[in-house]
Amino acid sequence: MKKLLLLGDEAIAQAALDAGLSGMYAYPGTPSTEIMEYIQSSVDASARNVHRTWSANEKTAMEAALGMSYAGRRAMVAMKHVGLNVAADGFINSAMTGVNGGLVVVSADDPSMHSSQNEQDSRFYGKFAMVPCFEPSNQQEAYEMIFDAFETSEKYKLPVLFRITTRLAHSRSSVTLRDAIPEKKLSLPVDPLQFVLLPSIARRKYKSLVSSYEEVKFDIRLSKYNHFKDGSNRELGIIACGIAHNYLIENIGESNKEIPVLKISTYPFPKDLIKDLTSRCREVLVLEEGAPVVEESLRGILDDGMKILGRLDGTVPRDGELNPSIVARSLGLPVESGRDVPSLVKMRPPSFCKGCGHSDVFNSLIEAIKPYGQGHVFSDIGCYTLAALPPYSAINSCVDMGASVTMAIGAADAGLHPSVAVIGDSTFTHSGMTGLLDAVVKDSSITVIISDNSTTGMTGGQKSQATGRLEQICLGIGVSPDHMHLITPLRKNHEENIEVIKREMEYRGVSVIIASRECIQTATKRKKDESANA
Amino acid sequence: MKSDIILSGVGGQGILSIAATIGLAAVDNNLYLKQAEVHGMSQRGGDVQSHLRLSDKPVASDLIPFGSADLILSVEPMESLRYLPWLSKTGWLVTNSNPFINIPDYPDVDEILNEIKAIKNHIILDADLIAKESGSARSGNIVILGAASAFIDMPFSSLEVAIRKLFGRKGQDIVDANLKALNAGRKLSDAYRK
Repeated sequence: MKKLLLLGDEAIAQAALDAGLSGMYAYPGTPSTEIMEYIQSSVDASARNVHRTWSANEKTAMEAALGMSYAGRRAMVAMKHVGLNVAADGFINSAMTGVNGGLVVVSADDPSMHSSQNEQDSRFYGKFAMVPCFEPSNQQEAYEMIFDAFETSEKYKLPVLFRITTRLAHSRSSVTLRDAIPEKKLSLPVDPLQFVLLPSIARRKYKSLVSSYEEVKFDIRLSKYNHFKDGSNRELGIIACGIAHNYLIENIGESNKEIPVLKISTYPFPKDLIKDLTSRCREVLVLEEGAPVVEESLRGILDDGMKILGRLDGTVPRDGELNPSIVARSLGLPVESGRDVPSLVKMRPPSFCKGCGHSDVFNSLIEAIKPYGQGHVFSDIGCYTLAALPPYSAINSCVDMGASVTMAIGAADAGLHPSVAVIGDSTFTHSGMTGLLDAVVKDSSITVIISDNSTTGMTGGQKSQATGRLEQICLGIGVSPDHMHLITPLRKNHEENIEVIKREMEYRGVSVIIASRECIQTATKRKKDESANA
Repeated sequence: MKSDIILSGVGGQGILSIAATIGLAAVDNNLYLKQAEVHGMSQRGGDVQSHLRLSDKPVASDLIPFGSADLILSVEPMESLRYLPWLSKTGWLVTNSNPFINIPDYPDVDEILNEIKAIKNHIILDADLIAKESGSARSGNIVILGAASAFIDMPFSSLEVAIRKLFGRKGQDIVDANLKALNAGRKLSDAYRK
């Protein structure tokens, strides 16, 4: 049996390859990025010619994966939790169309917001779309589940949601591999109308979706991951979901004979097993990473049954990632602690790399905008968001991918002048282009600075769809060539760049300044690779 | 046996290479392993930590509970203090003495070293200097690994094997420099405790 030391993300990727994957689609986002990266660097995937290039955003990735499934082959799409918001349109409707080849949608949640804007729980989306959802508790289980996820998807002709959280995504453990199975052959859907969501068809399909949601939960492929282990204690029973089960076992031990424990790793969750547990105990504690999804379902609207402990009553903190010490506290067990952190230890926030082009962009912008005072700069999501922190304190918003351009439009509509948007090249192609089209059509009075480092920097330097195309895209969208400028953010161009930004901020109309300089990290890596290959 | 280890430092200082070395060695020793690491933006000059758990029994949690780490292994002195809540009463703290100063309010280095010295089981080394003497200025992280190896329940030789594997594709010079760094770290650590 072949064993590998893999991150949770990598275990998922390896499993998909071993389960006959034909196409992987994704947009980079922490903590999901390594799934695609693993498949991209896989010798096996390369030999089989598995599709594995980055998509412009999560929505295009989701829809391309659905297209591959339409053609009868197995496809996987991966994203971070907020990426599922972007892909939600295609995702929810893919439950309506159903699939042909197996389709697995991996969404990596980030409780505690290690590198995210919120800590939404993707399991809500599983329920919302009414599709089966798998939530592995460890790397080996993640590997096993992917096989079952593909088979479940094909059996019920439904996409399957695969929910993980940061800690599993980015933790490494030994994983034993199974024998690989071959890729599926090209085959078109039997029903030619399956993927046509005209209202009359959609109504019929929705009825079958609703009924299959109930059916799915008794399927052995899902239910084998949920198990109930009785214990002698009749006071407290515990429901532990996904990775929370590990933290529980860390505290009570694998051979616990006292506390009745139900492990849940698939959804819709197993009502019968929950009854097994609750019929034996006076109180139940729910441990789940993320939102109180299971806990809320148990409480219901009347909330007058047995005593339920969890995130809603404060037994477990309402927000943030779980860990073994939090779980110990919720069990009433003593929590050890080492020494306190000495007060002299200072925060060390992430910062621009030495020689980063973004910092030159902001140095020029800060000076150009000085006469107007604070509050005119809308930003986006990327390394450049660090300009919100001192010593720059140069941006006033960071909401979601693309929101810099569109928020600047709204603020300009309100009369704010200048209204400046700062967006990265990758984010621009992810979600900025359509906003720019709005601006051009409405002739909004905004200045868009595309801080182009020719990569997706924040997630580690993945290929950007925009590289070499930004100018063409902007002109194609309709930006006037008179108000399109290419500048190089270098210290020696500082004065010149200030002048360009000043001039365009004064202009009452759409202007775009593309500030291009390769990411210092990407450039270093590229040079290293080039010299290694030379 | 179990070794619960916190690896700490700043993004780009080679924490993940240390983790990879210990990981490879653990697999060779048929140990169970879980290693949680930090990816994404916090690597850009921010503090980075990794929880590494080795055991001869299956490891349940990817994270180490508070107060139970056997070792804090740090390539930067202030960062070694950030994780004290995890250190057990009998645990060891092994750290580089060279600060990585990328923040304006970095505390006085002597004060940091005094805080470290207040911990019963500590080892402070100028890993950068030792690395330079070993022939590779960039292997300070491996010097610290060598120094900490005394507190990781595995044969020292398996770390050497892991370094050969990990750095093999970078050429024999790099392998030799790192082996030298590993051994120098261990030797100083043994002397430090006498």
